[in-house]
Amino acid sequence: MRGSIRAFGTSDMMWRTPGGAVGLFLTLALIALALLSNTLAPADPFASIAQPLSPPSRAHAFGTDDLGRDVLTAIIHGARTSLLVAASVTALAALIGIGVGALAGYRVGIVDDVLMRVTDFVLVIPRFFLAVVVIALFGAGIDRLILVLGLTSWPAIARVVRAQTLSLVSREFVDAARALGATDTRVLLRYVLPGALPPALVVISINAAGVILLEAGLSFIGLGDPSRMSWGYLANNAQRFLRVAWWVAVFPGAAIALSVLGLNLLGDALNDLLDPRAPRPT
Amino acid sequence: MTPRYLLWRLAQVVPAVAGILVIAFVAVHTAPGDPVLALAGEHGDAAYYAFIRAKFGLDRPLPEQLLVYIGRVVSGDLGLSFVHGRPVAAVVAERLPATLLLIGTALALSTTIGVALGVLAARRAGRPSDLALRTGALLAHAMPSFWLAQMAAIALALGTGWFPVQGFTDARRAFAGWRYMLDVAHHLVLPALVLAAAELALTTRLTRTGVLEALATDYARTARAKGLPERSVVRHALRNALLPIVTVIGSRAGLVVTGAVLVETVFAWPGLGQLLLSSVQTRDVPVLLGLFMLASLSVITANLLTDLAYAWLDPRIRYE
Repeated sequence: MRGSIRAFGTSDMMWRTPGGAVGLFLTLALIALALLSNTLAPADPFASIAQPLSPPSRAHAFGTDDLGRDVLTAIIHGARTSLLVAASVTALAALIGIGVGALAGYRVGIVDDVLMRVTDFVLVIPRFFLAVVVIALFGAGIDRLILVLGLTSWPAIARVVRAQTLSLVSREFVDAARALGATDTRVLLRYVLPGALPPALVVISINAAGVILLEAGLSFIGLGDPSRMSWGYLANNAQRFLRVAWWVAVFPGAAIALSVLGLNLLGDALNDLLDPRAPRPT
Repeated sequence: MTPRYLLWRLAQVVPAVAGILVIAFVAVHTAPGDPVLALAGEHGDAAYYAFIRAKFGLDRPLPEQLLVYIGRVVSGDLGLSFVHGRPVAAVVAERLPATLLLIGTALALSTTIGVALGVLAARRAGRPSDLALRTGALLAHAMPSFWLAQMAAIALALGTGWFPVQGFTDARRAFAGWRYMLDVAHHLVLPALVLAAAELALTTRLTRTGVLEALATDYARTARAKGLPERSVVRHALRNALLPIVTVIGSRAGLVVTGAVLVETVFAWPGLGQLLLSSVQTRDVPVLLGLFMLASLSVITANLLTDLAYAWLDPRIRYE
């Protein structure tokens, strides 16, 4: 059955597929890097500490950039920016998406129609270009970036939650709860949402991967928060030194790719877990 | 596809376009400072400010301003670029062909190669070549386009010298006729391949899933039972497997345009990406607004075409 609540209790099963294990490992690694960045790399990531553009060595495993900054330190601190943006945007998008989806699925009729029209519209907005306009008008900053991406990233979540809610509200256990006098709020929170959330988690993790790519792309064209180290900023800076210093370009992008890969694999593994009909790795 | 469905679907475009214009309007008016500064830049003189104020009706009440703004934009007037001093629509239009060439080539590559690889993976499901293809697709899907572009530039342009690092044509030589086209094609190879990679990954995965599902159906079993060669069975399966791919190409229009813009900045491809980058650096808001609207319009159009193509391919879809 798709959307079983048991999925929460069987996280050990995810380790059984290689994809799920790698996804979980990469995602946990990203979180660990971000949370422990000040311990792992106590130096200021913006500080010039060595010969500019020195190749990877024992002292500087990923080399240094054109201003003599340690690339490894910068990447560890960049993880914090990526995770902060991805987590905040995802939290905001999940809040709106789950609310809109649950309401639309529960209030069939005009409320559902209106909410779904709005969802379809928000889905059309090109997030990258809107973020560019907003940052150009309001100035660079992580707060407005989170706000603009969060307010535009929820439609996929809303659609999944709505579909789940629609199928759950007609079940007998929901009828039974109503017959026992449960209010609408109680039915939604206690009986419907727990079943609707696991499939939403699949969309949420894939959404988070997309947000990491978007943030990196925006920083890459110079619209990141200038006071925070970020992977896109490093990749942008590397652009001028492709000919002379490959290491400045290789490592930041690899960090982005691994984080995105981890979240995508995690989403795939969750999907396989929840939907046994989906083609499984053999 | 019934005429009723066509009309109903076309009518949906209007509120979507209006919504995008309202977003642009609200963004300009909630930004700090006078909206005339956002639309005319900080270095204009009083007469120019008065001209912009009158042009966009900035001295009238807000609802009226919105109507004036929508009227202007719908008639193709997006204001003047601060930097170029020319109409935004003209500045954007002259960069459009290069980007369309890049996106068109990339989509053609990703669709043809992706379907072929997907069929290959489905026919070898579970074998090492399938695993290799699926792993490759996952990796290609996770890589940021600008990074893949940088890696391609390091390895295939700077390293081997096989391809030019940047630009649309060779700046040192002026070719004409078919030599010119060959020169452009040579410059197009790397950006198009890089942009195709992420879409290729997705098309491969979707085709593989679709073909595997179709091969497990009763009609595929019947085809096998009556002795058709596996080749023909796969061909029957593919027809149905391709339907979801049509939808996905449409729903990814926004991401493809974003990818194109980022890849262009790495290879200095003279399209919308270069324009976006220079407009970001000079905070040329009218051009950035123009690019936002163009990107929105391409997503709306792609969704429309997808839905119509889908309705045409699958006669069960109609307006209920």
